[in-house]
Amino acid sequence: MKEELFVSGRNIPNIDPYLNIWHWQIPLYLFLGGLAAGILFFAALFTIMGKEKEMPAAVKKAPIIAPIALILGLIALFLDLKHKLFFWQLYTTIRLESPMSWGAWVLMAITPLSMLWVASYMKELVPGWKWKNNLLESFEGFVIKYRLWMAWMIIVLSVILGIYTGILLSAFNARPLWNTSILGPLFLVSGMSTGAATILIMSKSKEERRTMSWIDLLLIIVELFFITHLIMGMKAGSQVQIDAVSLFLGGQFTVSFWVFVILLGLVFPAILEILERIGYHIPVVIPVALILLGGLMFRFIMVEAGQLTRYLY
Amino acid sequence: MRYAMAIDTLKCVGCSDCVVACQMENNVPIGFCRDWVTETVDGSYPNVEIELRSERCNHCDNSPCVRCCPTGASHIEDGGIVLVTHHKCIGCGACIQACPYEARYSHPEGYVDKCTFCIHRVRKGDKPACVAVCPTKCMYFGDLDDPNSEITNVLKNRKFKSLAPEAGTNPQIFYLI
Amino acid sequence: MQKPDSASEHINELVPMKTRRDFIKISALGLGAVALTAGSGRMGLGMPLFGKETGPDNEGDVLRRVPTYCEVCFWKCAGWAYVNSEGRIVKVIGNEDDPQCNGRLCPRGTGGVGMVYDEDRLKKPLIRVTENGKQTYREASWDEALEYIASKMKGISEKFGPESIALFNHGSAGHYFTHLLNAFGSSTVAAPSYAQCRGPREVGFETTFGSQVGSPEPTDIRDTRCMVLIGSHIGENMHNGQVQEMSDAIDKGAVIITVDPRLSTAASKSKYWLPIKPATDIALLLSWIHVLINDEIYNKEYVAMHATGFEELKAAVSKYTPEWAYGITTIEPELIRKTAKEMADAAPAVIVHPGRHVTWYGDDAQRSRAIALLNALLGSWGSRGGFFMKEGASIPEHHHPEYPKPSWSWPETLNGKYPYAKMSVTNAFIDASIASPENKHQIHGWIIAGTNLPMAIPLKSQMLKALEELDLVVVVDTMPTEVTGYADVILPECTYLERYDDLRDSPHRVPTVALRAPAIEPMYDSKPAWWIAKQIGEKLGLHAYFEYDDYKEVIDWQLNQMGSSLKELEKTGVIVFPRKKGSPYLDNSQPHAFTTASGKIELYSESLAAAGFDPVPVYTPHPEPEEGFYRLIYGRAPMHTFSRTANNPNLTDLMKENSVWVNPRVARLWDLENGAYTYLKNQDGVVSSFPVKVRITERIRWDSVYMVHGFGHSKKELSRAFGKGANDTELITNVMIDPMMGGTGMRGNFVTFVSNMDQNMKEVES
Repeated sequence: MKEELFVSGRNIPNIDPYLNIWHWQIPLYLFLGGLAAGILFFAALFTIMGKEKEMPAAVKKAPIIAPIALILGLIALFLDLKHKLFFWQLYTTIRLESPMSWGAWVLMAITPLSMLWVASYMKELVPGWKWKNNLLESFEGFVIKYRLWMAWMIIVLSVILGIYTGILLSAFNARPLWNTSILGPLFLVSGMSTGAATILIMSKSKEERRTMSWIDLLLIIVELFFITHLIMGMKAGSQVQIDAVSLFLGGQFTVSFWVFVILLGLVFPAILEILERIGYHIPVVIPVALILLGGLMFRFIMVEAGQLTRYLY
Repeated sequence: MRYAMAIDTLKCVGCSDCVVACQMENNVPIGFCRDWVTETVDGSYPNVEIELRSERCNHCDNSPCVRCCPTGASHIEDGGIVLVTHHKCIGCGACIQACPYEARYSHPEGYVDKCTFCIHRVRKGDKPACVAVCPTKCMYFGDLDDPNSEITNVLKNRKFKSLAPEAGTNPQIFYLI
Repeated sequence: MQKPDSASEHINELVPMKTRRDFIKISALGLGAVALTAGSGRMGLGMPLFGKETGPDNEGDVLRRVPTYCEVCFWKCAGWAYVNSEGRIVKVIGNEDDPQCNGRLCPRGTGGVGMVYDEDRLKKPLIRVTENGKQTYREASWDEALEYIASKMKGISEKFGPESIALFNHGSAGHYFTHLLNAFGSSTVAAPSYAQCRGPREVGFETTFGSQVGSPEPTDIRDTRCMVLIGSHIGENMHNGQVQEMSDAIDKGAVIITVDPRLSTAASKSKYWLPIKPATDIALLLSWIHVLINDEIYNKEYVAMHATGFEELKAAVSKYTPEWAYGITTIEPELIRKTAKEMADAAPAVIVHPGRHVTWYGDDAQRSRAIALLNALLGSWGSRGGFFMKEGASIPEHHHPEYPKPSWSWPETLNGKYPYAKMSVTNAFIDASIASPENKHQIHGWIIAGTNLPMAIPLKSQMLKALEELDLVVVVDTMPTEVTGYADVILPECTYLERYDDLRDSPHRVPTVALRAPAIEPMYDSKPAWWIAKQIGEKLGLHAYFEYDDYKEVIDWQLNQMGSSLKELEKTGVIVFPRKKGSPYLDNSQPHAFTTASGKIELYSESLAAAGFDPVPVYTPHPEPEEGFYRLIYGRAPMHTFSRTANNPNLTDLMKENSVWVNPRVARLWDLENGAYTYLKNQDGVVSSFPVKVRITERIRWDSVYMVHGFGHSKKELSRAFGKGANDTELITNVMIDPMMGGTGMRGNFVTFVSNMDQNMKEVES
């Protein structure tokens, strides 16, 4: 029999049983970041493609969610900080090796951009809206003029933001479950899927919904492919990675992962969207709610489970 | 200059003096620690072997905690000592996640805390508190770049291992076996 | 059996008192003393925006250092207490000039500060009172508490004589109360360190070499080539100097042979681990003696020069072949021969360690004598790498009038038993406190200083009976330990870091003295033991025996006599004197006058034969566990001392509870899970007060379980220790008394697992 134990200094409530320093704030932050990235990506994409007219919800309506999500996400991140008064230290330096630093700076850039984006559409969204200030009125004109430039900036930043939500975890070599480069694309796709779902529910246009539904289905398939990739990659990895992924394959996260993330969060909404496509009437709120919930669960489970995995020595 | 530590598992009795000496020297609050002692038991009675190890930050050459720090609070001092500057640390927890040795913890005052190799003592020419107190004298501390240092000699003459080398961090705590 | 905590519940329920001396929960009267924040008092708050960088809080502060010697265990290492500018002790570091510790304290010494800042400390003198039919304590002034004690002592003395007031002591406080009782006319003084600990080995070695082993042990471990440990677990028992020297010996390639049913830490460092069947050690020792003699590999010159009775010994052990021992001990004959050869090859630089806590099976003095005989045959007594001849500093006694001669003393409490007891026997004191026709003299009052009797001495029911009959029970302690619940008066002693104490004299290779000076003023309303003893003395009209205002006057006077001064020692902490008695090793070219009857090492003891004991040890089988029961073996953890440190915040941080070690085979049988909690029940149906964590480990045999002593405290006032782990002492209800010296053999108890006490468990958790 092999036995491993702490003689002293550990197994004390403040540090062990494992260093789960991240609680609900980080997964929520990652989810909201991914959601905002997804929404902004589509708004920018369709703008660049010149489809503002065909995709009104994606370009004009849904982006309202983005700054709200980003601010809530930042609040969650702030709540996670243990040394809060020093948060400004984030903006005293740029550290290219630190995903956390990337995230701070990308958010710093994309959050005001998303606000400007929404502001530029305020008059179209809210009939009779006025800025009540000449300076603001003229600034609005300036923003609208350069909307396309803004779209290009947003599309780049939103991809970085979406990937960042995965890289933040995958950069940690010490947590074997996270330490796979597929996590960046996976979280990006997942974020785009939640964004697409949000647009879907906000859209009144049949044509737009049809397009978004297609896109969402495609994203779900890609996501499932990436998750398969993740699991197979882990299974083919070192012992610590095999142990890590076994949390989903018989371990303590098996049920929550397969039921909430895979079945309810991905497979089930995909089936519903296919059914809708072939003519059945499905209330759109069901697949959308499932996708959003699945995306949130996915991040909670990844963050929780990842913190349980560690190097063995 | 490259500070490192070697710990003789053949002499360590797991008494944990290193743990309490560190808490005293560095004012680590009760309920927290910068170093700790592990025991592994292998075999079946009566063919059993145990290994006792005093563990702490490995002051890795390739330190993931320093890389992932968004503010530069985690940094490397002269001699390879990995430190956290308290007033630069925002307590985001990234470095805690990054450490394969779980050597960092969140101090109740908010910043992340860890072993400093007792840099305040080392700069004065003293040994770290854990090394100085160890009743079995199983711990060696010194400069690996100095060919005449005790630690260089002990690593030259003894078999040793480091922990989780597969994590690729190039740890600087060596266990004599 | 009445459990202390359940008894204490009665206090709250307003039931009429059941006994004269109910066990009282001190907090029942809601002591209002404000708990000063301990070491952890800096939690939570954020720090200023531009705080310090990375250094510890003490950095930049000028620390004042004060010499002390440690009181967390009996090794008494000298050290320095460092006090910061706020007057708080921040650390204690070993004194480099002290050969006991060489500048390195053990974890308990390093964490000794926790004794000072433990907020559960006793803070005010307390007196037992009966209010509304229930017993409780009320706070009293020192004057009132001491007056109470003095008048009670006078009353007992008038009725029964001063001798009937007894002292139980351990540690530095003992001396002052011994002095007080001696001055009062009593020498009825005992310490559990004899009959519950090392007494048997002192008898075993004295009947062989004419000298006791004493403390600290004069083992020359640093230069040994072979050390044999019989159930001694150096490294887990953190006897600092020995641990340090064992490490040196390992560096030098010494062979270590460990005999233990458990893979102790020392066993894991040994070249040979002999996983012996418990209670059969004497068979192994006799067999080793047989091999040494039969194979003629004993130290012939040494034996010829110094020993007598060799032929008788040879004849007596001729039948103890390794094959014979194999059937008893389960140790392979080849291994017995091989290890005997290792010892012989290393001789005389070999130590068959006498151990320390050796009250196991009731024939312990004889087992210790077998160890002594083995050392004699190897020639290790008085040899480099074996046992050196220790030398202490001669500290002059402070002048006082001659003590009155007591009309009887502790030997009379033995009622003719235990002829080899050279020191008083605690359990005999307890028996003598209960009215019985057997007792020639009865003890009527107890002063208990620095020892937690219920967790130190087995047979609690006997102790409770005695407490029932006593007219006075005084407890002097720093902590609200279990024994305080039985006191009439509780006196809060200050900790060792807050007081002067006697100079330390630890006989060793060289004579040394060490000073203990107060690092800080006593916290709360606590007082040093010397002050308490003196004040009682004054109230008893014994002023002539206490002619000093401050104990430092005594220390200074003593140091002046020795050519030094208090001032000097306050700077150095320790003085090392040169040896006066010549080499610490025997000159083997000429006979040495051993202090035995024959003047030689007695391999065969005429005196034992005359007293009706075996002149050469014999092996007697001991009871074995019934099916489903496992022998209870207990030991030490390096971060705790007895039961006295279980509430120390710094040391609890290292280890907060004990666990019961169970072999995986046994665990399977009982369906025990690693880390789960179980109650233990012994052969007499006594169930542990609290559940204990199961540790499933290959380090223990399948016929035994193991736990660290000193946990399972039942006093709620010990907020960190209460209910944590199991108390081995309460499970020791079968005690095998050593007929030679009265030691309480405690390893003949067998336990089983009781896990269906869920209800009880929940209560404990809540």
